Amino acid sequence: MNFIHFDVNKCILCRECIEKCPFNALCMGKNGIEVNDACRMCSVCVKVCSAEAISFEQKAGVVDKSEWNGILVYIEQDHGDIHPVAFELIGEAHRLAAIVGFDVYAVIVGADGTENNAEKLIAYGVKKVFVYEHKGFYGFKADCYTDAVSDCIAMLKPSVVLIGATSVGRSLSPRLSTRFHTGLTADCTKLLMSENTDLIQIRPAFGGNIMAQILVEDSRPQFATVRYKVMERAEKIENPVGEVVRCNVTDYLAQSRIKVCGIKSIHRKKMIEEEEILVVAGRGVKDEKGLNLVKGLAENLGGQLCFTRPMIESGLGDTAHQIGLSGRTVKPKLIITCGVSGAIQFSSCMNGSECIIAINNDPNSQIFNIAHYCIVDNLYEIVPRLLERIQTQKEA
Amino acid sequence: MKIIVCIKQVPATMKVEVDAESGTLKRIGQNAKTNPYDLYAIEAALRIREQVGGSVTALTMGPQQTEEMMRDAYMMGVDEAVVMSDPKFAGSDVLATSFTLFQGIRLLGGADLIICGKQTTDGDTAQIGPAIAEHMGIPHVAWVSNIERVTTDLISVIQKTGSFIQESEMKFPCLITVDKDIFVPRLPSYRLGLATANKNIRFISFKDLSDKNMTRYGLIGSPTKVEKMFQPESSDGQEYINGTSIEKADSIFELLKNQKII
Repeated sequence: MNFIHFDVNKCILCRECIEKCPFNALCMGKNGIEVNDACRMCSVCVKVCSAEAISFEQKAGVVDKSEWNGILVYIEQDHGDIHPVAFELIGEAHRLAAIVGFDVYAVIVGADGTENNAEKLIAYGVKKVFVYEHKGFYGFKADCYTDAVSDCIAMLKPSVVLIGATSVGRSLSPRLSTRFHTGLTADCTKLLMSENTDLIQIRPAFGGNIMAQILVEDSRPQFATVRYKVMERAEKIENPVGEVVRCNVTDYLAQSRIKVCGIKSIHRKKMIEEEEILVVAGRGVKDEKGLNLVKGLAENLGGQLCFTRPMIESGLGDTAHQIGLSGRTVKPKLIITCGVSGAIQFSSCMNGSECIIAINNDPNSQIFNIAHYCIVDNLYEIVPRLLERIQTQKEA
Repeated sequence: MKIIVCIKQVPATMKVEVDAESGTLKRIGQNAKTNPYDLYAIEAALRIREQVGGSVTALTMGPQQTEEMMRDAYMMGVDEAVVMSDPKFAGSDVLATSFTLFQGIRLLGGADLIICGKQTTDGDTAQIGPAIAEHMGIPHVAWVSNIERVTTDLISVIQKTGSFIQESEMKFPCLITVDKDIFVPRLPSYRLGLATANKNIRFISFKDLSDKNMTRYGLIGSPTKVEKMFQPESSDGQEYINGTSIEKADSIFELLKNQKII
């Protein structure tokens, strides 16, 4: 490992870095400042050097893969709560780790309450959770978050680092992979582990028209980001034995050149064009009871209820939720149509949806020409049973 | 105030196919265009220049044909257009591309503010911006949806983080990547086209750069290797779900569970 590079021509031998190094990794040698094995790449020295004489360098070339072991999962916090993608990454990490006998580790960075969240991860079979808690980590600041996670990576030397492909994760991961001079694959939809610990990363490219299979053969760690709701969520295990490791965070490590001026929650209701899940009520929904059924389905799936034009005309729905040529065009991940016949004015404005499930009691309905899953039945029979199953699942 | 905007030329159509035998990409047509997300970056740069003064440089890495794209950038109003082009840059992944652009920015004497689009339409990685910031050792904010305030010393921006929006302030030098819809990009102006028709486009090649360590550029400097490309499995099939009403409802439930909707 040869990460820290001193430019002897720039160094003014002020000893500031030696004093500020939290790990006593620097000392004055014959030819200037020298780094020893205690270095954890926390970047404090790079920050304190007034002469800008210190930088990160990793020698290009083949690494010894046997030195890099285990899978590290970055745990994102969404302002106090663990982002659910973290549990999916842990689940995937366990699956990959089992193939080559790796352990699964986690790293979590944040302000107050971070250690409490770290405790929650132990139940999911994580061997060690490294905690970087400091008030300076309030909000998301790409620079000092990179410093903290780099500190953890340099200490642990994991073979693989998994990060959620959220807006935060995709801002953080390129800085990390660049600092370690290694490869990063964005938005992986499938991961496989080879026996030689090379991670086979599969991701869509060209707007999803093609799949690319990517390898990082000569450097470590291997960074991959994965979107939310792609991997299987980890299960809690019996008698977990992991531990929470509180890492030393100096004020310098938490120092950032990004100032957080304010954080606000987003409470604007999404427009139907922005929703990922929609349930549509058509003329088959005849009364208040039916309306409540489909509305309940939409709410339980975390989406919104929309309507066809006849429903708007009969006063059962509002125009902001109308799909069709005289309404809005939608392209959600999932759309469930209930009692919708599927006239072209409607279907042409939703047939780009990724998954269309149609429920209608008329087998000759046009909606069945475009649906991916067709259910020829009465919605008053299907929806109550479906709701019951979803609610039972949620309570479990 | 010196602003550098990093832009890229992408294929005009994303409809690509894979040659089943060789496993290589069959590109349909040679038409190329400016990555649409980069137009927002150019617009943001021009608006900042209008507000606080200074210059806007458009920087790209790619083949010589990118000249046409740079003419468009001139027609939108940038002051200088720079193309980094060299066979040695070919096959660059995120690390090598961001390093090359960093070297280009260094050669141009650095910048107060670097602006990138949120991602490209061909690679979709959204990684180059933050990676350049890391090479340069400057702070960045990605996916900026709004610029709240800009002065000659600092910029204050809005970004979405999870279910919250955060306002962050950075002193220059720094880097931002802008989300689409931050501004409406202006159309190339015919008048500016005439005025800049003879304006020079600067070409930079490997020999101009200060760091000539070949292991940092192109295919050699790229840790990620694309092992193969293949067509995704198509899922156009249609399925009728049969059984009693209860069985049908249960099938839908399993379907939703498999798709991780519930």
